[in-house]
Amino acid sequence: MRYEPVIGMEVHVELNTQSKMFCACRADIFGAAPNTHVCPVCLGMPGVLPVINQKAVEYTIMLGQALNCEIQLHNVFARKNYFYPDLPKGYQISQYELPLCLNGYVDVQPEGSPEPRRIRIRRVHLEEDTGKLTHVGDYSLVDLNRAGVPLVEIVTEADIHSAEEAYLYVSKLRQIVRYLGISTGDMEKGAMRCEVNLSLKNAATGEWGTKVEIKNLNSFRSVRNAIEYEVQRQEKVLAEGGAVEQVTMGWDENRQVTFVQRVKEGDVGYRYFPEPDLPPLYLEASWVEQIRAGLPELPDAKLARYTTDYGLTDKEAAVLAEDRATAEYFEAVVQAAADFPGVTPKQVSNWISGELFRLLSESGLEIGQVNIAPAHLAALIALVNANTINQTAAKKTFKVMFETGRAPKDIVRELGLEQISDAGQLEQLVRQVIADNPEAVERYRSGQEKVLGFLVGQVMRASRGKANPQLVGDLLKKELQTG
Amino acid sequence: MAKLSRQEVEYIAELAKLTLSDEEKQQFREQLSAILEYAAILQQVDTTGIPPTASAIPLKNVMRPDEAGLSLSNEEALFNAPDAQDGCFRVKAVLDDTP
Ligand SMILES: [Zn+2]
Repeated sequence: MRYEPVIGMEVHVELNTQSKMFCACRADIFGAAPNTHVCPVCLGMPGVLPVINQKAVEYTIMLGQALNCEIQLHNVFARKNYFYPDLPKGYQISQYELPLCLNGYVDVQPEGSPEPRRIRIRRVHLEEDTGKLTHVGDYSLVDLNRAGVPLVEIVTEADIHSAEEAYLYVSKLRQIVRYLGISTGDMEKGAMRCEVNLSLKNAATGEWGTKVEIKNLNSFRSVRNAIEYEVQRQEKVLAEGGAVEQVTMGWDENRQVTFVQRVKEGDVGYRYFPEPDLPPLYLEASWVEQIRAGLPELPDAKLARYTTDYGLTDKEAAVLAEDRATAEYFEAVVQAAADFPGVTPKQVSNWISGELFRLLSESGLEIGQVNIAPAHLAALIALVNANTINQTAAKKTFKVMFETGRAPKDIVRELGLEQISDAGQLEQLVRQVIADNPEAVERYRSGQEKVLGFLVGQVMRASRGKANPQLVGDLLKKELQTG
Repeated sequence: MAKLSRQEVEYIAELAKLTLSDEEKQQFREQLSAILEYAAILQQVDTTGIPPTASAIPLKNVMRPDEAGLSLSNEEALFNAPDAQDGCFRVKAVLDDTP
């Protein structure tokens, strides 16, 4: 029997606002001492009133728009009731029947698939994060710094069919929240957390199996591994004639297995009802449109533009569009290149994904810290195009630019890197190399044309890397034929 | 309107994490049923054509700018805590069954 995995995902993303969702405590709690970003509101003291953080609403609308959702103007917050010490009020303020965003989609491109796969987004809603528990012996220690941090939940339809697609989806989501600047998207620090709903569909009958939920997937790797593991586990249960139980599972990162956490109860257990402490939101359509107009260009649009307008390959475009800072640097250099006729986006792309990335990874710096002015990089490429310097000298110059931020022209002059394109000057070196390498010359003349490369290298060395290699090749050929 | 069943009372008690004696179950069955009957009177009002509302207060769109302010100190936060350790509230161990 063949089974197809049918997967839906719920992803929680912490927003990087200044303050919490319903109070003025600072929302950036990473590394803070326990219970130092708390106040009567987020501690759930009696008699306090929550007030909605407008920025958090704005960020959620931005995300909904980036995910092609319909933005709902009429919004109601709801209480989700349950008892757990990470939730001081005894309920979480969330959204239930009337979320901010509905009916969107994200396209992902699996390796080797001709068409992208569309993953539909059912809803995006805004809520508050809960506190953190640490279990110590017979006790649990409660830190409520995280309680009340704005959190969005993004729910897909069951449109994901493999661990790879789930991985691509989560990567894309992180890329989008980072482009929008609404979250760090940092899974390792808990700013993004995933849950998976998984069932196996019988490929022959089309019948759907029992849905199992896997919670607390806190890295890209665990998303991929937990899905692969759970698919195999369920296939085995079914192959042995057993039945898959409807349960909530956890993922054991150390043992790389899923384990049953508890039997799932339905939504009814949460007794949702409209939050009486928060008046409803009736958003102005004009505000929503204003937010839309302010959205940055997103990775998909950049990718399309880089390939059609700039003639880059899909792969080159994807490397540059991967994060917003790289894309913006690339575009700044392309724009600066307008003053240097002949400098192409392709050349800019090569320099960024080649030498610049190499130096960045060597130095441990990020692209935002690069102090090569976009016009300087464009100027460097123009120097190569004009044969003023050769490729070796260009790389040398680039390294100094990376270290000092100085203009390429000055560096080239100072280090004397100008390419020697004067035939008269080079002919001397060519004759010298021919005289010094009789054996190689002999082999060349007997038909081993590859030896030419060696001879060019000798001339380059004699010129201390400054000779125009193409011209050297031409001169060598001429000299060897006549000589 | 039918009375709440005993099972319904037990389910509600379970959600509220309450342990009830048999007498209490009977008592709450009566009391909760009386509340439901009272609510049923309201449900007789014809609301055809009236959009549902989530709030009876004539307020809407109350939002605040995203500005961080002061929080409590750790001492203040834990001042009323029955039990504390390492700057945290301390509670009896709970199974990790957060919904
Ligand atoms: Zn607070």
